[in-house]
Parts: sequence; C-alpha cells; structure tokens
Amino acid sequence: MDNTVSTNPPGVNSGKNKYKLFAWLGLALALWIFIYLYLQRAANFFTYDVLNLSSSSHLGSSVAFFAFDAPKVMMLLVLVVFGIGIIRSFFTPERTRSMLAGKKEFVGNIMAAALGIVTPFCSCSACPLFIGFVETGIPLGVTLSFLIASPMINEVAAILLLGMFGFRVALIYVITGLLIAIVAGWVIGRLKLERYIQDWVLERRRNNTSVASVKMSFDERVKYGLNAVREIVGKVWPYVLGGIAIGAVIHGYVPTGVLASFMGKGVWWSVPAAVIIGIPIYSNAAGVIPIVQALMEKGAALGTVLAFMMAVVGLSLPETIILHRVLKWQLLAVFIGVVGVGIIIVGYLFNAIL
Amino acid sequence: MNIKVLGPGCSKCHTLDKLVRETVKEMKIDANVEYIQDMVKILDYNIISTPSLVIDEKLVCSGRVPSKAEIINYVASAKNE
Repeated sequence: MDNTVSTNPPGVNSGKNKYKLFAWLGLALALWIFIYLYLQRAANFFTYDVLNLSSSSHLGSSVAFFAFDAPKVMMLLVLVVFGIGIIRSFFTPERTRSMLAGKKEFVGNIMAAALGIVTPFCSCSACPLFIGFVETGIPLGVTLSFLIASPMINEVAAILLLGMFGFRVALIYVITGLLIAIVAGWVIGRLKLERYIQDWVLERRRNNTSVASVKMSFDERVKYGLNAVREIVGKVWPYVLGGIAIGAVIHGYVPTGVLASFMGKGVWWSVPAAVIIGIPIYSNAAGVIPIVQALMEKGAALGTVLAFMMAVVGLSLPETIILHRVLKWQLLAVFIGVVGVGIIIVGYLFNAIL
Repeated sequence: MNIKVLGPGCSKCHTLDKLVRETVKEMKIDANVEYIQDMVKILDYNIISTPSLVIDEKLVCSGRVPSKAEIINYVASAKNE
C-alpha cells in the first residue's frame, strides 16, 4: 500500500561502508565519554590554575560554574539531540497516524503521548496533522494527547535538566510530561467536545490515500541525526550559553535564600502564578532552564520553577493561534485549561516530594 | 514542470521554497514554482505534515526540509519521467 522510495542509488551503502560508519561513531562516542569525565577537573584547572582565581571569590565561583557547565551542557546537547535524531528518523507522522488508527481511547492516549516524543513534528504542521488524524478516525482526545506531548516533552529541556539537576529530575520531567499529555487528552476526550472542532474540518471528506514513505539507510539516518544537531544545537547554543552565564553570575554573586520569600515552598500561590505567567510566554527551553537552576539555588522551589518551565515550553500563544484554525475557542480554552491545571498539580507535587 | 511548496509559512517552509527556487534556477529547468500557504489548498494533497514538496502533482517529500542534493535528485527524476 505504501510506495517506498529510496533517495540513495543502490549499492552506495554497502556493508563495508556501514561498518566504517559504525567505527567512526564508536570512536566519537569514546572520545565524548573521555572528555566528559575530565570536564570538572579541566574546569577547575582552568579557573584556579590558569586564570588564578580564588575558589572563595565571587568571580572564581562564577567562572568555575561556567567553565564546567557550559561545555558539559553543550556536549550533552550534541549527544542526545543526535541520538534522538536517529530515533526520530524511524518515525514519521504518517506512520504514527497508522499506528494510532483504530486504538481505543485510553491505550490510544498512552501511545499518542509516547509517539509525540519520537515523531518529528514541526509545529506549523499542527493543523494538517490534526485534520489528518481526526479524519482517519483517531479520537479527538488521542490526537490532543499527541499535540500536548510533542512540544511539552522537549529533548533540549530534558538534557538541560539532566545536566543541571541530575537524572532523577530529568526523568520526572519526562514522566510527568507524559502523564499530563495522557490524562489531559483522555479527560478532554471524555468531555465529548467534538462539536467544538471547526465546522470546515468536520465537513471534510477524505479518501485514504497513502503517502509515499521514504526508507532510510543507516547512512541516511546518521545524516538525519547530524542534521538535527546542526539545526537544533545550532539554533539554541547562544541561548544555552547565555542562560548558563546568567546562572553563573547568580551562582557566584547572589546570596542564598533571597528568593525563598516569594518563590519558595511556603508560598501557596507561587505555583499557579508561575504557570499563569508561563502559559502566554513562549521561549525555547534552552534559555529558561539555566536561569531556573540559578533561581533554585537561591531559594525558589523546584516545583514552582519546573511548572513555570513546562508552561513556557508546553503551551504557547503562537501554537494556540495556529490551533484556532481547527479548534473553536471553547475547545481551545478547555485544552489550555486542562493542560494548565495538570502542570499546576505537577508543580505542587514536585514541591511536596522533592 | 510544476513544483509546489506546501506550508503555512513558518521558517522551514520559507527555507524549502528558497532552496527549490535556487535549485530550479541552477539546473536551468523550465519549472513553475508555487508556494502554497493556504491551508485548504494544502490539505487537498492529503498530507499531514509540512513543509511538503509536490512535483507535477506527485508528493515527493513531506514533513521536513530536504537537502539541496535531495531536491536536485527529485527534480532530475521528475524531469526524466
């Protein structure tokens, strides 16, 4: 049913080439691990020996922070974006759609959320994708689970959280992102809001023409991964470095505890406030997270700042405007509301347990 | 040859449009390149991700910006048909 078209003329990707490629990748990975293990030592050496700064000084503290964190985060970014790029090369929106077609609601919500992470998806495709999914019979709630998970669970955000807060926090971010996408999508599905899809969408009749799918060789997948690195890391690195720099300054110069009074755990309204402020803002995760880390060091509660980050990254005004083409404002409002409440709950949870 | 770049107008879609026009010019192909941003017209092609590339009413690429080399490949194949 699907036509498979290869963009590589036959014979180019011989077995020998594949092994060579594997060897190069293996070498690169080994080098990466080696450098990564020595980063802290190198950063300290640079700050205290080369630049001769004192470890107890503000400047020394800030520079050491930056000298370690900046290369660390950049290296993690390159590695994980590349890895996720390779994984994404195995998925297309068309394939995701056929995987989701016919699935019942709850299972469908879970699959849709999980697929939202690995399916390459440009937010400008939100409308065609929504229509494409709904026309195939995929329930509204399941489609929305996908549309929530995709921007919310962002690999750049996960890497930055991993680098700055450790594996546990990054994992919690991904898991709660999935939970919010699954539950919010399921809840909206239960509310039976199909009549709030724009009329012109509901009136469309579609023939199930399948789209030509492209089979990629391993060589092409590696190119896809490298391209992802070039595109994503190439786009966010100034924000990452800028954010880490600001974080370094806060780390070295701002006294501890200064933010505890209004962003700390004791303030009950800080989580909803953070989410409400975060929703209309859209920024890439790269710039926000390093600042978040520094704020946290100075007394802001982890739950509050994470909720803020998820609201910023997961919901955005531009995306809302795009979705309005296919969803009437009532459904849009419910969409934002349910996801917002989900994030707030997660924020409180984090504050309570972390 | 008729080439259509389908996309609602994000930066990736602009990039694809630019690359396609450059390629056509460099290859000196007699082709009419259209940049279609109207959602309803885009949906006529039954695609679910953009940007997408259609050559002579046949969908050749969907959901990403192909490399210049790939675009040259697509155009060359279409020319030989």
